[in-house]
Amino acid sequence: MLIVHCHVCGAEGDETDFHYGGQAHIARPATRDPASVSDAEQRDYLFMRHNPKGLHFERWRCDRGCGKWFHAARDTVTMEFKATYGISELPPRALMEAATGEWAIFFKDKLAKGSEA
Amino acid sequence: MTGKPYRLPQGGRLIDRARKVSFTFDGQNMTGYHGDTLAAAVLANGQRVFGRSFKYHRPRGVVGLGSEEMNALVGVGEGSRHEPNLRATQVELHDGLVAVSQNRWPSLKLDIGALNSKISRFIPGGFYYKTFMWPQAFWKHVYEPMIRRAAGLGKAPEGRDPDTYEHMHAHCDVLVIGAGIAGLAAAEAAQAAGARVIICDESPRFGGMADLSQGTIDGEPQLDWVASRAALLADAENVHAMTRTTAVGHWHHNHVMLFERVCDHDPALLAKGTPRHRLWKVRAKEVILATGALERPIAFANNDRPGIMLASAARGLVERYGVSPGMKGVVFTNNDDAYLTALALKRAGGTIAAIIDVRQGTDSAAVRDARNAGIEIIPGHAIAGVESSYGGLGINGVKIAPWRKGQGRVVNESRIVCDFVAMSGGFNPVVNLWCHNGGKLTFDSALQSYRPGTHHDRIQAVGAANGTMDLAQALAEAYAAGEMAVKATSSPMSRPKVETAQQKPLEPIWFSPATGKYNEGNKHFIDFQNDVTAADLELAQREGYESVEHTKRYTTFGMATDQGKTSNLNGLGVLAEATGKTIPEIGITTFRPPYTPFSFGAIAGTLTKKLFLPIRRTPIFRWHQAQSAHFEPVGQWRRAYTYPRAGEDKHAAINREILAVRHKVGLLDASTLGKIEIKGPDAAEFLDRIYTNMFSTLKVGRCRYGLMMNELGFLTDDGVTVRLADDHFLMHTTSGGADRIAAWLEEWLQTEWTQYKVFVTPVTEQWAQFAIAGPKAREVLSKLGPDFDISAEGFPHMAMKEGKLGAYPVRLYRISFSGELSYEVATPAHFGRGLWDAILAAGAEFGIEAYGTEALHVLRAEKGYIVIGDETDGTVTPFDVGLDGLVSKKKADFIGKRSLEQSFLRSAGRKQLVGLLTEDPKEVLPDGAYAVRSVKDKPPMEMIGQVTSTYYSPTLDRSIAMALIENGRSRMGETLSFPLEGKVVKAKITDPVFYDKEGSRQNV
Repeated sequence: MLIVHCHVCGAEGDETDFHYGGQAHIARPATRDPASVSDAEQRDYLFMRHNPKGLHFERWRCDRGCGKWFHAARDTVTMEFKATYGISELPPRALMEAATGEWAIFFKDKLAKGSEA
Repeated sequence: MTGKPYRLPQGGRLIDRARKVSFTFDGQNMTGYHGDTLAAAVLANGQRVFGRSFKYHRPRGVVGLGSEEMNALVGVGEGSRHEPNLRATQVELHDGLVAVSQNRWPSLKLDIGALNSKISRFIPGGFYYKTFMWPQAFWKHVYEPMIRRAAGLGKAPEGRDPDTYEHMHAHCDVLVIGAGIAGLAAAEAAQAAGARVIICDESPRFGGMADLSQGTIDGEPQLDWVASRAALLADAENVHAMTRTTAVGHWHHNHVMLFERVCDHDPALLAKGTPRHRLWKVRAKEVILATGALERPIAFANNDRPGIMLASAARGLVERYGVSPGMKGVVFTNNDDAYLTALALKRAGGTIAAIIDVRQGTDSAAVRDARNAGIEIIPGHAIAGVESSYGGLGINGVKIAPWRKGQGRVVNESRIVCDFVAMSGGFNPVVNLWCHNGGKLTFDSALQSYRPGTHHDRIQAVGAANGTMDLAQALAEAYAAGEMAVKATSSPMSRPKVETAQQKPLEPIWFSPATGKYNEGNKHFIDFQNDVTAADLELAQREGYESVEHTKRYTTFGMATDQGKTSNLNGLGVLAEATGKTIPEIGITTFRPPYTPFSFGAIAGTLTKKLFLPIRRTPIFRWHQAQSAHFEPVGQWRRAYTYPRAGEDKHAAINREILAVRHKVGLLDASTLGKIEIKGPDAAEFLDRIYTNMFSTLKVGRCRYGLMMNELGFLTDDGVTVRLADDHFLMHTTSGGADRIAAWLEEWLQTEWTQYKVFVTPVTEQWAQFAIAGPKAREVLSKLGPDFDISAEGFPHMAMKEGKLGAYPVRLYRISFSGELSYEVATPAHFGRGLWDAILAAGAEFGIEAYGTEALHVLRAEKGYIVIGDETDGTVTPFDVGLDGLVSKKKADFIGKRSLEQSFLRSAGRKQLVGLLTEDPKEVLPDGAYAVRSVKDKPPMEMIGQVTSTYYSPTLDRSIAMALIENGRSRMGETLSFPLEGKVVKAKITDPVFYDKEGSRQNV
């Protein structure tokens, strides 16, 4: 059982005190432009998930604590949490550079801008 | 034989010969001594057979010394306190202990299932997969019951467990698993540096194998050294030392589960109310694994006969309990350690016929000691087979032959008379816990075994568990690990000085060929508990199971409750020889938790009976109880189902309650209904995103029914939401959905529409809420003294009022889930019971009656109203249930909207909600009954839909049902067939609204 740290209130607890929220940084196409979402885009948004061995970006909620959602970067092999960060934030630059799959595409222009990271 | 044939005249470090203990084994009265294990005491009584094997029902005796025991599994205790599958080598003897052998019928000595052994050539590995395949119908009625009966290991206890169990949570800096020499040293180093230490061991005392080893530490015998270290740790304030405690599993982030057997050795503790077992959930910053090593058997023909055991087990029996495994023994080894067993037996007055060593001309201290003690040593030989005594209940001798690695059948052999064999094929580090959580192993060619490699958690292995068999090195490694675990900055502890004899390397032996025909009556057992032989593994290999993981599943080797503790390496060795590969090339299968089985009681802990699940009660709960209401669980709530009166059955009560609502007035406790306040300048826009229909247009003081979908376009909740102010809404959810929906709203606010200024506050328990429903509802309300207009015009359907009913502050909603004139009244929870009583008093003259949840459901079904979870199952859209009108066409976006446009949710042939009227009005269809396209003699039949709600309606005096039927709305008037057990019920498709289609009754 994992030990999770809440990025918002700082609470530390077993994963059963938290709620796992699946893959992070999935853009909801209908929020961007509800009028032009293709069937394929909607399918990918609903069902297609990246399942890497290694670095994984994900969402957690501090279920028995402050109730806030936050982001975490975790290694799926060692189970080590590499970082936690705000639900509206991007991961540390080094982790964005190490990202794979859709995350790598998503982070690419953020890295180019060099802004939040 | 009379007396105690195998109890030696003296010796036995752990037993107290002054304290006799009486017990029974298979109903036979036996005596032992205080300090005995069940295995030692039964053996001392001359009984060598402990059980029958799993598949072939072969008689089996004790093989191991402790938790590695795979044969001597016994049931202990009687009735509700019976516990099956305990290892007799771990069961501590106490007065009055009742133990039984397992997997035999009718008795241990004569067993019908042993016939399997005679036909074993017809039941090779993978037999089940090959044989029990056809005909299909045989599986359920013939094969499965037969296999289950034959394959049982022990019996479940009868009745409710009378004992208590506990869960404990603990945190520590260092958890040391195993309290042998290495574990004690590591714990000492960690505690000296001030760390909080937990050290546990599965046996009743610390010290591990120190008492069975030779050599000294700091000039003291090893046993004295461990005793002083154990005392030191027991006194240290920063150490929690636990005996009889097995680390059963290691999980992520150093979460370790410890299973403590608190009372099993002493029933007097149980009688005092002490919990029988404790399950410890430990979080350790560092874990030190000092779990030692287990001896491996050798695969020779019929190596499973009672009397053949591990050399370490034989040594333990002699030295700890003063019990000899037999009258005359042979030691069969490939290493130096087993020589200690021969010497121990000799010292204790036992007879050793010979030591058979596969090695050629080994000259080591152990060999010299044995020779000097006058024990015959036969080098370069191996046991080729055994001479079984009658029925295989023991052995009369062994056949030995010259050993040459890789040879085929043996031709020349000689015979040695003996009745027991102490065998040693080398030692395997106990790496189970290392592997539970993904630790890697590395093959050690000196050990011919796997030892810990890398691990991503903060865990270290020390001593024999790490493959370090040399005592001085093990100690150095253990102290260093203890110091490293706490990053001790002070000067390291001085290392004790060790004197031991140097051991010579072992020679691997994975398979010793038999004389005679290869597999006729000759079984070379690898996995004793699952009856897997070397030939089974080779057969799997020939049949193409190349991966060791496949071989494991096909033959079930390593899959029994002992998780391959003694069998794993031997199996890999056999596979390696069969394929001409090395063991590392074969790979290794995964060790899984638990290390040893542990009780369901410990898993449940105190979370049983009333503590299993918290129960939520409304403010009216005691009133419901006083009326002797039937209750039903709704989520964690207990809701009143119906209120039967004296002499009334449940059905009569429900019908009476329904008719009271239809003809007079009824009162329902609806306090469990989910209530969530949604407040903020963006609340209306947010609700437009959440619901399928529009809420921004809702006027203050008005109510609207809303539907919620998930992003897949499927219905997840519904309810009435009220606009209390421009920026303030009160959402009602289903009783079971309140928590889920509150979390759902938070998720969208926090993660998607973060710009919205909205607060979400669950207030379900803040309010008591009741429905007053029926033609007389307004008159009842009027009598309660409202300080606001309740006339039909002043307070129309779907309106809301805030004010007072007499003394009670209320919010009143004119909404209806029954189709009658209906008000839902909400008052702060602490006023709940007072208002409830006041309503009943005011309604008495109008014949008011409380109604329960079943009446509520029938009333809503008569009106064709859906219930989330009845008419929906997570795959149903608003269109499927005919609520197209509630799906906004104006809103650009709401949750699920885009998915609802996907072609497959619009396709023809989806199931649609309809009503059903059975041909026989008295026939009530069962819930979930399937409609079929055409009725056939027997299944399979093509199913076209299912009943979702079904009731007897007293209002209509006939049965009604709702169903989801393929293209249902275009089949109005069609008659469908519902095949049930023994009959076919026919029902006509109708509109799902059965009563008051115009809705005139609620608009009065």
